[in-house]
Amino acid sequence: MSDTLIVEATGVHKHYGHNHVLKGVDLHVRAGEVVCLIGPSGSGKTTLLRTLNHLESIDAGMILVSGGHVGYRRVGDRLHELAPREVSRNRAGIGMVFQHFNLFPHMTVLENIVEAPIGVRHVSRKEATAHALSLLERVGLSDKAAFYPAQLSGGQKQRVAIARALAMRPEVMLFDEPTSALDPELVGEVLAVMRDLAESGMTMVVVTHEIGFARQVADRVVFMADGVIVEQGPSEVVLDAPSHARTRDFLKAVLA
Amino acid sequence: MSLHTSMPTLVVVPRRPYWVWAFAVASIAVVIGMVVTFATTPNISWPVVGQYLFSPLILSGLGTTVLLSVTSMAVGIVLGVAVGLMRMSGNRILSTIALIYTTVLRGIPALLLLLLWGNIAILVKSVTLGIPFTDAIFVTFQTNDLITPFIAAVIAFSLSEAAYLGEIVRSGLLSVDRGQVEAAGALGMSPARTMRRIVMPQALRVIIPPVGNNFVTLIKGTSLVSVLAGGDVLTQAQNIAATSYRIMEMLIVATVWYLVLVGIASIGQMFLERAVSKGAVR
Repeated sequence: MSDTLIVEATGVHKHYGHNHVLKGVDLHVRAGEVVCLIGPSGSGKTTLLRTLNHLESIDAGMILVSGGHVGYRRVGDRLHELAPREVSRNRAGIGMVFQHFNLFPHMTVLENIVEAPIGVRHVSRKEATAHALSLLERVGLSDKAAFYPAQLSGGQKQRVAIARALAMRPEVMLFDEPTSALDPELVGEVLAVMRDLAESGMTMVVVTHEIGFARQVADRVVFMADGVIVEQGPSEVVLDAPSHARTRDFLKAVLA
Repeated sequence: MSLHTSMPTLVVVPRRPYWVWAFAVASIAVVIGMVVTFATTPNISWPVVGQYLFSPLILSGLGTTVLLSVTSMAVGIVLGVAVGLMRMSGNRILSTIALIYTTVLRGIPALLLLLLWGNIAILVKSVTLGIPFTDAIFVTFQTNDLITPFIAAVIAFSLSEAAYLGEIVRSGLLSVDRGQVEAAGALGMSPARTMRRIVMPQALRVIIPPVGNNFVTLIKGTSLVSVLAGGDVLTQAQNIAATSYRIMEMLIVATVWYLVLVGIASIGQMFLERAVSKGAVR
C-alpha cells in the first residue's frame, strides 16, 4: 500500500427528492487499500459507492479518482456535469461489480469480457481474448468461456462479472454487495476470488454484509449510518472494539 | 398383518375426453365437406385459376404488392424507432408530441388515411423547394406528379405503421433491465455504443415477434390500394375479373398469392427470431 490516493471523495452530499441520503461524506482510499463499507440498509453506503463512478450524480462535494474528476468538469470553482458520452471516458479505469451481476445475456462469457476492451480501449481482438482467457483462469472458469450467462450458477456469474471488470485493467474496483444475491453455498467462491484480488494489491471499495470477509481482508472498515460515516478504522478496532453505540447495535444484529 | 394385504390390486383408469374426440371427428367432417364443395363446385373453374395464377398482369400486381409492403415497412420502422425514442425521451415536449402522433394515427382507419393522402392534391396544389420568407425558389412540383397513388400509399401505410411500431419499440426498450445500461456504463461504454451493442440486441427479442405480425397485417392491408387503382395484385385480379367475368376464380388467384407472401414472411420471421434469441434459456 502506497500513500497515493486513488479515491478522494470530499464533502459529498446527495438527495433523492427530500430524502438527504449522503450528508457530507469524506472517503479517501490509498492505492492498494481494501476498504469495506458496512452499515444498515438505507445508510447510504451503496449510494456513496455509486457516486464514485457517477452512476449517481452528487449535489455538493467533489469526487476524484486517480486525480481526475468523475462525471464533472471543473471550471473555476464550479463543477459542471458532463454529457453521458464524456462521463463514460472517466469510468473506463473504474471497475464495478454489481449485486445482480448484470452480465450481458446475449453474449457468451468470453464476449462479455472482451466487449469493453475492444470497443472502448481499442485493444486488438487477439490481445483482448488472450487477456480474457487468463482472467477466466484466475477466477477458475477457464472451461466456461463459450457458455452463455443463463447456463452459469450465480457464483460463476459473479466471478465472470469480476473478470469482465478486471479486463479493463482498472485502477480501482468497486463492489456493490457482490454476494447478497447468491445462494449461501456459492458465497465462498466469490469471496475467495475477491480475497485473491486484494492480495494481488488491487485497490478495492467493497459494500458488503459479509462481516467475516471484512475482518479478514479489509485494511479499513467504514461504518455508515443515516448518510454519514459514524466510525472507521482497522477491522479489529471497528468490528471488535467499536466506539459508537450505533456500530455496536448494528454488529450485534448482524452477527446474532 | 396389515389390512392392505386383503385389498385387491386396483386398476387406474385415466379420464377419457369423449367430448373432445367427438368434436374432433365433427371438425374433420366439416373440413372435408368444405374442401369437397370447393373442389367440385361447377361454379369455380380451377383450370382458369391455374391459367391466371402466373399471368403477366397478376405477376406485375404481385410485384407492386411486395414493393409497397416492403417500402412501407422500411419507412415505418425508421419512423417508428424515432417515435419510440421520442416517447421515452425525458423531454416532456418530445414525449407528448410522440404520444399525440401515436393516438391520432392509430385512431384513423388505414383506408381513410389512404384516401386522404390520395387526394392530398386538393389541399396542397404544388410543392415548392426554396428558402422560406424569401423569393428564392429552386424547384416547384405539381402535387399530383409528386404524390402518385403508389407514393400516397407508401406515406399512408408507413405513417400508420410508425404509430404501432413506436409502441412496440418502446415496450422492447423498456423490457431491457436497467442494470444492463449501468453495467455497460461502468465499463466505459458510451450511450450510443451501449444502445447498439447491449440494449438493442436484447430489445429485438421482444420487438421482432410483434413486428413480424404487423408486417403480415401490412401485406394484407396493402390490398386496400385496390380502391385507388393502386395496381397491386388485388387491383389486377379485379381488372381481369371485370373483363372475363371470372370473379371467383380471380379472387382465388389473389388469395393464393397473399397466402404465399404471408407464408414467406412468417418463415423469415422465424429465422429472425432464432437469430436474436442468442443466450436465451432453452
